[in-house]
Amino acid sequence: MPPRDTGPVERHTLSILVDNEPGVLGRVVGLFSGRGYNIESLTVSETEHESHVSRITIVTSGTPMVVEQIVAQLGRLVPVHRVVDLAAEGKLLERELAMVKMRGKGEHRVEALRLADAFRARVIDATVESFVFELTGKPDKIDQFIAILLPLGVVEVSRTGVAAIARGPDAM
Amino acid sequence: MAEMMTGAEMVVRSLVDQGVKHIFGYPGGAVLPIYDALFQQDEVKHILVRHEQGATHAAEGYARSTGQVGVVLVTSGPGATNAITGIVDALMDSIPLVVITGQVATHLIGSDAFQECDTVGITRSCTKYNYLVKDVNDLARVIHEAFYIARSGRPGPVVIDIPKDVQFMSGAYVAPKNVTHKTYQPRVKGDLDKIREAVELLGKAKRPILYTGGGVINSGPEASQLLREFAQLTGFPVTSTLMGLGAYPASGPQWLGMLGMHGTFEANNAMHDADVMLCIGARFDDRITGRLDAFSPGSKKIHIDIDPSSINKNVRVDVGIIGDVAHVLEDIVRLWRNSSPQVDKAALKGWWEQIDLWRARKSLAFKPSSEVIKPQYAIQRLFELSRGKDVYITTEVGQHQMWAAQHFHFDEPNRWMTSGGLGTMGYGLPATIGVQLAHPDALVVDIAGEASVQMTMQEMSTAVQYRLPIKIFILNNEYMGMVRQWQELLHGGRYSESYSEALPDFVKLAEAYGGVGIRATHPDELDAKIKEMIDTPRPVIFDCVVDKTENCFPMIPSGKAHNEMILGDAAEDIGSVIDSAGKMLV
Repeated sequence: MPPRDTGPVERHTLSILVDNEPGVLGRVVGLFSGRGYNIESLTVSETEHESHVSRITIVTSGTPMVVEQIVAQLGRLVPVHRVVDLAAEGKLLERELAMVKMRGKGEHRVEALRLADAFRARVIDATVESFVFELTGKPDKIDQFIAILLPLGVVEVSRTGVAAIARGPDAM
Repeated sequence: MAEMMTGAEMVVRSLVDQGVKHIFGYPGGAVLPIYDALFQQDEVKHILVRHEQGATHAAEGYARSTGQVGVVLVTSGPGATNAITGIVDALMDSIPLVVITGQVATHLIGSDAFQECDTVGITRSCTKYNYLVKDVNDLARVIHEAFYIARSGRPGPVVIDIPKDVQFMSGAYVAPKNVTHKTYQPRVKGDLDKIREAVELLGKAKRPILYTGGGVINSGPEASQLLREFAQLTGFPVTSTLMGLGAYPASGPQWLGMLGMHGTFEANNAMHDADVMLCIGARFDDRITGRLDAFSPGSKKIHIDIDPSSINKNVRVDVGIIGDVAHVLEDIVRLWRNSSPQVDKAALKGWWEQIDLWRARKSLAFKPSSEVIKPQYAIQRLFELSRGKDVYITTEVGQHQMWAAQHFHFDEPNRWMTSGGLGTMGYGLPATIGVQLAHPDALVVDIAGEASVQMTMQEMSTAVQYRLPIKIFILNNEYMGMVRQWQELLHGGRYSESYSEALPDFVKLAEAYGGVGIRATHPDELDAKIKEMIDTPRPVIFDCVVDKTENCFPMIPSGKAHNEMILGDAAEDIGSVIDSAGKMLV
């Protein structure tokens, strides 16, 4: 059986506006698992409280044909208002927030603070043997920060996943 | 001032306001208030089935043969889970259903209460949409929305889960006219620029083909009418998927027969060699395309579908038109008439000559027998002897289904009810109940296999209860025929568990249910027995004892292309034709 689609696998960031009703996230996630699509990152929150509209941001990967299919499949879910492939529009702004806990003493603490300063991470908790840093940025910046901090004693990381919006004056 | 009533009364009132005459269901603890409300009225007639799966298939038959929404009412827990097969079936074949399920009282949800299951969780991926209604004041709106969603756009099943306490509570009723949906508004008119592009492509075609599907039927009788008009205008050949049979008449001069795995030689070869393909309300399913990278390699493809996700899903198309078939065909016919394209008449003539050569292979031919009833012959006789009558056919799933599609010919839409996408054995018998109820005076026949029909045989009791004169025409070869065929062709003739060593006496079984049993074992008696069946105004089980080892041809072996079909005469070579990758496919 030949592969049905041989295009290059690309990373895409999708913004999905949905009615904030029970089970809506289940529908979206179930669609991805049921049809064998990838989810690299997922964030969701109510963004328009009055009209009960939530915004789901999903980072996925696939060939152009698969991503087109994902957008179409999401679009036909009943509680979905709109789906936009932000990468396809070329105006992608992405941010993620991470909280990184490191544990260490002496020179490691000093080095960690120096790195945090370089990455513009903030200290949001400190004890005599630990820090919690807060960092916002593109996912690869966060990846890099964690990688550099790792030998200094990272004990745990919590990341929000990617939130995204399009550049320019228009709403999606 | 809104009218106040209980949730249970609201259910019944909503059904009445939606024009529902019949519902199919089975009572239980969590729907007792609704059954009580049903008891106290006579506008909605409830049909008591014997198993909830039967209710869903009966509702599918009802919906498919009328174009209306089929309605099911079942209880919580096992009532809901038993209905799942029919719900998935309706999703796969785009059949509009509203399935109302009872649920344990809201304060018990999540406590593993008696007959509790997470119905909305279980049905989330197998419905077009589903609801759990926790506030009685939402109930009427939800029911009207459910009907709208079930029948709009690409039709499908909608589940409404109603906790028992909500059925008892009083709330304000909302009439259907006050209900609109804020997000779900499917597009019915196609993009005119795309339609222009399509007409231009079609006008230049030298080897065109119209590939039609269930979407034409779902779009309504106007769509079939417009398809016929367009076919006549252009003189293009027409083929159809299993689900689309009857949209273009089988007696029409441009009809090539069904395409796909068991389609005709001419239909599949025309698909393969075409230079412009117009796909109308079909979805390039794997039973249709065969090997994808060899599917109609030289054609420009135009695809009309109301579901945007159908376009470019399996096959890349050149022009994708999102819209309702009837609306788009109307524009196509109008633009064609206005622009009157200069079709290449010589090329079209040559194309038809080629098609006639393929036709001359007579790919549906089979070796007749004077000793044993050939299953194809039985269907041919059933077709001939029921001609001129108001006939509706349902099927189960397997060889008999394919033979029925090949040898029973349909000239009208909505006359053919079969489980195409899900391939549900046990669909046909309960489906006849829905069809017969909607068309009381029609001849409604389930062309069945003896294995499939036993999966929902108990619905015979339903037919007897409601005096529905359905005909269950069993092609009895004692095997799960299609499984046996694949085992013969692909698994060295090792017939693992595909033979039924014990079968009921179907004649006695019919009598036990209170119906009529007829058996035919010899070709000479077949006509008389079929006539007897047709003339019997009661439910009949017809045990047609057929050749046990007949195979269904022609066939595109799995993993092969349209032009690599196996015809009946060449059947012995088939083992070597399927490669190891093909064996992986079902």
